Amino acid sequence: MSKIGVFICHCGENIGATVDCAKVAEAAASMEGVAFATDYKYMCSDPGQTLIKNAIREHRLDGVVVGACSPRMHEPTFRKACAEAGLNPYLCEIANLREHCSWVHPKGDDTTEKAIEIVHGLVEKVRRNSPLTPIHVPITKKALVIGGGIAGIQAALDIANCGHKVILVEKEPSIGGHMSQLSETFPTLDCSQCILTPRMVEVAQHPNITLYTYAELDSLSGFIGNFEAKIRLKAKSIDESLCTGCGLCTTKCPQKKIPSEFNAGLGRRTAIYVPFPQAVPNKPVIDKEHCTHYRTGKCGVCEKVCPTHAIRFGQEDRIINEQVGAVVVTTGFNVLGTDFFPEYGYGRYADVITGLQFERLASASGPTLGEIRRPSDGKVPEKVVFIACCGSRDPAKGIPYCSKICCMYTAKHAMLYQHKVHGGESYVFYMDIRAGGKNYEEFVRRAIEEDHVNYVRGRVARIYEKEGKLIVKGVDTLLGATPVEIEADMVVLATAGVSNQGSEELAQKLHISYDPYKFFAEAHPKLRPVETNTAGIFVAGACQAPKDIPETVATASGAAAKVAALFSQPDLVREPLVAVVNRSAPPVFSTCVGCFMCQTACPYQAIEREEIKDRSGKVIKVVAKVNPGLCQGCGTCVAFCRSKSIDLQGFSNQQMFAEVEALLETTN
Amino acid sequence: MNTGFYPGCSLNGTSREYNESVRAVAAELGLKLTEIDDWNCCGATAAHSMSRELSVALPARVLALAERQGFDEVLVPCASCYNRLSVAAHELARDEELAAKVGAAVGMAYSGKVRIVNVLQYLQEHAAQLLPGKIRHNFAHRVACYYGCLLVRPHKVLGFDRLEDPQSMDGMMRAIGAEPIDWAFKTECCGAGLSVSRTDLVGKLSANILGDARDRGAEAVVVACPMCHSNLDMRRTAINKCLDEPTDIPVLYITQAIGLALGLSRKALGLQRHIVEVKLQ
Amino acid sequence: MEDKKRLSIKLAEDIGVDVSRCYQCGKCTAGCVLAPDMDIAPSFLMRLLQTGTEKADARVLGSTAIWLCLSCENCVARCPMEIDLPAIMDHLRELSRTGGRVNEKARPIVAFHKSFLDMVKHNGRTYEIGLVAEYKMRTMRLMQDVDIAPTMMAKGKLNIVPERLKDNGDKVGRIFANTIDKKD
Repeated sequence: MSKIGVFICHCGENIGATVDCAKVAEAAASMEGVAFATDYKYMCSDPGQTLIKNAIREHRLDGVVVGACSPRMHEPTFRKACAEAGLNPYLCEIANLREHCSWVHPKGDDTTEKAIEIVHGLVEKVRRNSPLTPIHVPITKKALVIGGGIAGIQAALDIANCGHKVILVEKEPSIGGHMSQLSETFPTLDCSQCILTPRMVEVAQHPNITLYTYAELDSLSGFIGNFEAKIRLKAKSIDESLCTGCGLCTTKCPQKKIPSEFNAGLGRRTAIYVPFPQAVPNKPVIDKEHCTHYRTGKCGVCEKVCPTHAIRFGQEDRIINEQVGAVVVTTGFNVLGTDFFPEYGYGRYADVITGLQFERLASASGPTLGEIRRPSDGKVPEKVVFIACCGSRDPAKGIPYCSKICCMYTAKHAMLYQHKVHGGESYVFYMDIRAGGKNYEEFVRRAIEEDHVNYVRGRVARIYEKEGKLIVKGVDTLLGATPVEIEADMVVLATAGVSNQGSEELAQKLHISYDPYKFFAEAHPKLRPVETNTAGIFVAGACQAPKDIPETVATASGAAAKVAALFSQPDLVREPLVAVVNRSAPPVFSTCVGCFMCQTACPYQAIEREEIKDRSGKVIKVVAKVNPGLCQGCGTCVAFCRSKSIDLQGFSNQQMFAEVEALLETTN
Repeated sequence: MNTGFYPGCSLNGTSREYNESVRAVAAELGLKLTEIDDWNCCGATAAHSMSRELSVALPARVLALAERQGFDEVLVPCASCYNRLSVAAHELARDEELAAKVGAAVGMAYSGKVRIVNVLQYLQEHAAQLLPGKIRHNFAHRVACYYGCLLVRPHKVLGFDRLEDPQSMDGMMRAIGAEPIDWAFKTECCGAGLSVSRTDLVGKLSANILGDARDRGAEAVVVACPMCHSNLDMRRTAINKCLDEPTDIPVLYITQAIGLALGLSRKALGLQRHIVEVKLQ
Repeated sequence: MEDKKRLSIKLAEDIGVDVSRCYQCGKCTAGCVLAPDMDIAPSFLMRLLQTGTEKADARVLGSTAIWLCLSCENCVARCPMEIDLPAIMDHLRELSRTGGRVNEKARPIVAFHKSFLDMVKHNGRTYEIGLVAEYKMRTMRLMQDVDIAPTMMAKGKLNIVPERLKDNGDKVGRIFANTIDKKD
């Protein structure tokens, strides 16, 4: 015979004005198994909690039902109160009388009757509850950071500075990411390289960081605190221990016409190359796709000239295993190319470039050494048109969202152009100027007021080339929609920020969610912005959505803090609301028949195979076993199990049926 | 493949050289074209400017006739007719209520079985493979391929070539030895819809087109639309008024250019009917 | 009695176009070959429709822009929101005409369309000499194109006698009777 206490909260007027709380308590008192029932104005307040605690002690209650707001709101509060009074917290349940009743119905007897039914259902459930204990899982205190842009660099340094080991994996030959390609940065115009390269060096020298460049994640298994990562180290075709980074090979390589990724296609590189002079590590790799030796076997110049004999043509990819406790995904973003835009020439015009290419033109480390010269003939453009929202906010051909960073970098580009080309004319075609951010609006105003950038509100319908000029057909919507035609020397498209290539495959490897645009999804857009739905895997930076540098760094530090918090615990404590496959005495062992349908259904890879062996070690039976570290308690396996051998702790079939039956019973 | 032929009013009137040259090229290549019996006008710009139902009903009758007469596809050389027939077929398939009204108005139903092809599609699909052995002499001229609006837009309905900077006509021209130029007005409207009522505007729009073609060194403009042709050819006086320097650049139908390469006579191709003389061989 | 419903609502009901989707980027105007000659440029016309006032609606229906639109479809081809402006223009023309709001300056354009359709109604096909003659009578532009006609005639571009469908009244005639000439 159970002794359950029922506590009905008025929630001020939220419940009390609609539901007759005293009547609910009175009805509850006569329910089977209820030893005590009462109501109170604010049950979550200190006197309310004390009331519950005292009742538990006084009446030796073995179950509690609190009729109050949503369990999402105060379940932890009341469970904690019960625990303080010596009751197992999982013997406390919440009947949601607010969201499920008082807020959605008018005042009246029917509403009070519904409240009584809801309480009755929970009473029947609690009668079947059993005490549960939290699950403890060990933690490997080493983090894996995937992607070595500014987000990955920041996250790796923060975690490493907390005293934990970090593995940083970057697929390109150097870390640095897009930020290393930028010239100056808004809104302060400080040089991107000057603020970034010291951090790149710090990563390389940090005793807690192991850096793998030219490497990619092959697979990830395991669960929070206990992941196993397989990392593919792509063959660089050099022996890094011998290479001194003297650069002789890169100057002698005869294959010199490969478009440079670092210069966004505006410059050329060799087949054996270091992406840029400030690269970390500053040692070359051989691009097998373009190298003459790999293509025809007829070259070997680098091997001949290398003073330390570090070239290794026969080197192969290596796979290494790393045990890690947490993963931070910082794989960044990409921008659409000019070929994406039919009306802007399908990428045919050399002087129609992307914003990223303009960064390279404006950068001191770029192909023009920071002079603004147009790609076609190297002339200094006298008139430049910048077009915002190229592909962004364009559901028809591009992406419906705002890429967020373009308004600011376009203002910066126009400003840099005005600073570098005196007497030059610049036009920005825009729809809205989105300059929300510290000192951002002031920055845009400065471009307009001090640097005399001509802002024209309207989109550009098309661009065509005529006699060495680019004819830009736009509109000024603020002049009553007047068509505007500008003969420009160069056009810069602020092309949409999109998810990086391969992000979908990576998300599938990691079992994390992604949105329709293939950006990684956070667990909650506001309250859990750097966590994913998979415990122990965090995201930061522009792989979530286009982000500027401050926001990228902020999320990276946020993710690092989450990792540090995880690693600060001796082990992991998790809610015991997980699935369990039943076990019984020999010779049955379990009613599980080993069909493993559950394994195919589980979205978290939480179901393992357990071999039951006799004393001689012979396998008698193979049954399913749920890994409580991975299980998220979704219950899919329970529904799939044909022999009804799986139950969800805290939400067992028995409990749920009792609750539902109680609801049906009172209705009839 | 049973290909029906829908000339439309223009090809029997002001643009009969288009009709003549399409038939001449098809005959030279041994391709059979059967004219749809009892066809009517598609309604052109006037119908869709005045009444949506009428603009669908007139082409619907043509399509229903083609279906009844057992054609798998209909060649519609006039870009305007091609556009109106395609849009009507699209609307009939999309809007059941409209289809019912139109069916009742016409007195014949159209079930959507006939494929509507424009002259470029027809040439690509039927003539391209026959050309190599038949070319007598290359049409070795720099040409500006002018597609106009009606062949490529609305792109979602027509699904033909690419929206901006289409290439199918350029490809055909290369196949007969011509050199298509890269220019800026391939798909800009020449204003034909206002040819009679606002000749002033048409002169300006067409001047942009001919001016750009001339400036980039084209010897001829090649078209696949009788509206564009009559505009660019017959309205030359109005056009030249809008140009800094008058131009005598000839405007040829694609079938006339191909016909010349096939060695057909100028008369068979109706070249003598042009207002602006065609001197090209 | 004149229909008092706002144009934006009519457009949504009759042809399924939602004018509120336009965010005024102006790309339609930027690419429109006739925008500089219109009294109301396409994107501005969209804005007037969005305001939904009686005054704005009247301005739209009485504009010359709706009659100048050539239906070249450049606007919708490039519109980031794929708003079917040509369909809007077609419908506005129909509403302007049936509501007796046609702008004085656009009368020749309407006259041309009417003359064209008259030819089709009576013959089943168009017939240029008849068309131009009727258009001239409607607009009293008697001297237009007198210079070009003899040349066209000489080059065999004009038919003297119209092509006519046999029993056209039962064919194209009935289509007109059941659509544009229908009396509700």
